[in-house]
Amino acid sequence: MQLFLEQLLNGLAIGAIYAMITLGLALVYGILRILHVAHAAVYTVGAYVGLAIFSSTHSLTLAVLGSMAFCAALGVLIERFVYYPLLKYPPYVPLIGSIACLLAIEELCRLVGGPEILPFPANLPFPSFTVGGILISSTLSAVYGISAGVLLLLWFITTKTELGLAMRATSQDRAIASSMGINSHWVISVTFMIGSAVAAIAGILVGIYYNQVYPTMGAVPAYKTLALIVVGGLGSVPGAVLAAVLLGVGETLLIGYAGIPLPRDALAFIAMIAVLLWRPQGLLGGRR
Amino acid sequence: MSDYSITIGTFIAIQAIVACGLNVIVGYAGQISLGHAAFFGIGAYASALLTTAGGLSFWTALPIVLSITGFIGLVLGLPSLRLKEDFLAITTIGINFIVVSVFLYVPFFGGALGIGGIPRVMLFGERLRGTPFFLLCLGFLAAVLLISWLFTRSWSGLACFALREDEAAASSMGVSPVRFKLVAFVLGTAMAGLGGALYAHYMRFISATDFGFPMSIMFLSMVVVGGMGTLWGPVLGALILGVLPEVFRPLTDYRMFLYAALLLLMIRFQPGGLLGETSVARQIFTRLKGGHGR
Repeated sequence: MQLFLEQLLNGLAIGAIYAMITLGLALVYGILRILHVAHAAVYTVGAYVGLAIFSSTHSLTLAVLGSMAFCAALGVLIERFVYYPLLKYPPYVPLIGSIACLLAIEELCRLVGGPEILPFPANLPFPSFTVGGILISSTLSAVYGISAGVLLLLWFITTKTELGLAMRATSQDRAIASSMGINSHWVISVTFMIGSAVAAIAGILVGIYYNQVYPTMGAVPAYKTLALIVVGGLGSVPGAVLAAVLLGVGETLLIGYAGIPLPRDALAFIAMIAVLLWRPQGLLGGRR
Repeated sequence: MSDYSITIGTFIAIQAIVACGLNVIVGYAGQISLGHAAFFGIGAYASALLTTAGGLSFWTALPIVLSITGFIGLVLGLPSLRLKEDFLAITTIGINFIVVSVFLYVPFFGGALGIGGIPRVMLFGERLRGTPFFLLCLGFLAAVLLISWLFTRSWSGLACFALREDEAAASSMGVSPVRFKLVAFVLGTAMAGLGGALYAHYMRFISATDFGFPMSIMFLSMVVVGGMGTLWGPVLGALILGVLPEVFRPLTDYRMFLYAALLLLMIRFQPGGLLGETSVARQIFTRLKGGHGR
C-alpha cells in the first residue's frame, strides 16, 4: 500500500510536469491550429538557460525568471519567423517547419552545451513533510506547488481577464476578432510568450527532478504532448491538463505493476488511439 | 563511379521510392501521414523474415512483401476515414511509435538485436552488389514513377484529386471517399514496402531503430521540399536531402545543425516545394516557355 501511494505521488508529479509542457501546446493549438512541436525545444532551452544562470549566480529565482524571459522571446521569435508567414499554407507545412526548428534548436543546444548529460544540482526552497508515513520530498512538493500555482494563474488569465477574452475571441475566429478591434497578431504573440515561459519553468523543474539536462531531453515530450492534446481534445486546455495527469499516473502505475513489455511511450500512443476511436473529439473537446 | 557515391546513390534511390509512395498518400490523396517509416520497416522486416527464416528468394518473397505491407496499409489507413487532418497526423505518429516498439520488444522480430544474415538479391545467377544493385534500385524507382504517373491519369487518381480538393463536393458527385482513400493508402504503403525490401537486402542487417519517427519526418520532408503532388518532386527531395548531409560531412559537428537550418529555410521560403506551383523553378520555367511561345 505504501509503495502504491509513493508510486501514485511520483506519477502525479510526472503528470503535473507533462501538464505544464502540454499547456503551451494546447494554447498555441487553440489559437493558431498549429502542432507546435518546437515547443519541446523551447522547454530544452529553458532548462539550459536556467542551468547556465544558476551556475553563474547560484540564485534559483534569477535562473527561473531569466529562463522564462529568454524562452518567451524565443517563442515569439519562432512564431514571427516560422509560423505566422506559413499560416496560409496547409497544416503540414508549418508542422515540418516546426520539426525543423526542433532539430535545429536541439543541435544548437548540443553545440553550445555539449552532448553530455549535465547535472542540475539545485535545492528547491520547498518544505518536505510526511503524511501518514509517506515522505513527500522537497522536490515533489515543489513540483506540486509550482504546477498548481502556474495552472491557477493561467486559469485566471484565460477566464477572468480582458487578455483572456481577447485570446478566446482570437482562437474562435481571428478575422472577426480583428474586426472587433482586437490586435490579433499581438494576442498570438502574447500566447506564445505565456506558453513558452511556462515551458521554461517545466524545463527547469524536470532538470532538477531528474538532475539531468541534455540536448535531446525534449524529444520524447515533443511527441507525447501531441498525443496528450489530442486525447484532451485539440485546443481544450482543461482537457490537456486532465489527459497529462492521467497519463503521468497511468504510465507510472502500469510500468510499476502490470509489467507490460512495451515502453511507456508506446503505451501513451496506444491509449491515444483507443480514446480517439471511442471519442474522436477527445476527452473534453467539443464537437466542431 | 566510386564505391562511396554508389552507396549514397543506392540509399537515395531507395528513399526516393519510399518518398514516391508517401507522395501518393499525401500529395495525391491529401491524407497526411507522419508514420510512413513504419511501412518502410514492415516491408524490410517482412522481406528479411521471409528470406532468412522462410527460406524464400528475394524475387518470390517480393509479391508477398508487397501484399503484406499493402494489407497493413489498408488496415492502418482505416483511421483516416474517421479522423481528419491534425488528428490523423498524430495518429500516424502513434502508429509509427507502436510499430517500432513491436519490432523492438517482440522476440519474433529479433528484439533489440534486429535481423542479420539477410541474403543478397540474386539475378541471372549473380549476387547483386555495388553498381548492379544500384541499377536494380534505379529500375524499381523508374517502375514506381511510371505507376505514379499512370495513377495520376487513372480514374482512381482523378477521384483522389477531387477528394483532396473538396471531399464534400466530390462525395456528393458519387466519388466514394472510403474506396479511393484506401486505394491511395494501399498503393503508397506497398511502395514503401518495396523500398523496405530493397533496404533490407542492401544492408543485410536491420534493426527497429532504422524505421523510427525521425525517418518518417525525413520522408515527409523529401516530399514537401521537392514539391508535394508532383511526379518528380519526391525524387528531387530525396536527392537534395540525401546529398546535403554528404556535402556537409567535412563540417562534422555542425552538420546536423546546418541540415536542420536549411530544411527550415526551404520550408519557410518555398513552402510549396521546389517543383510546386508557386516555386521559383516553376516560375522561371513558365517564363521561358511563355517567351518561346510568343
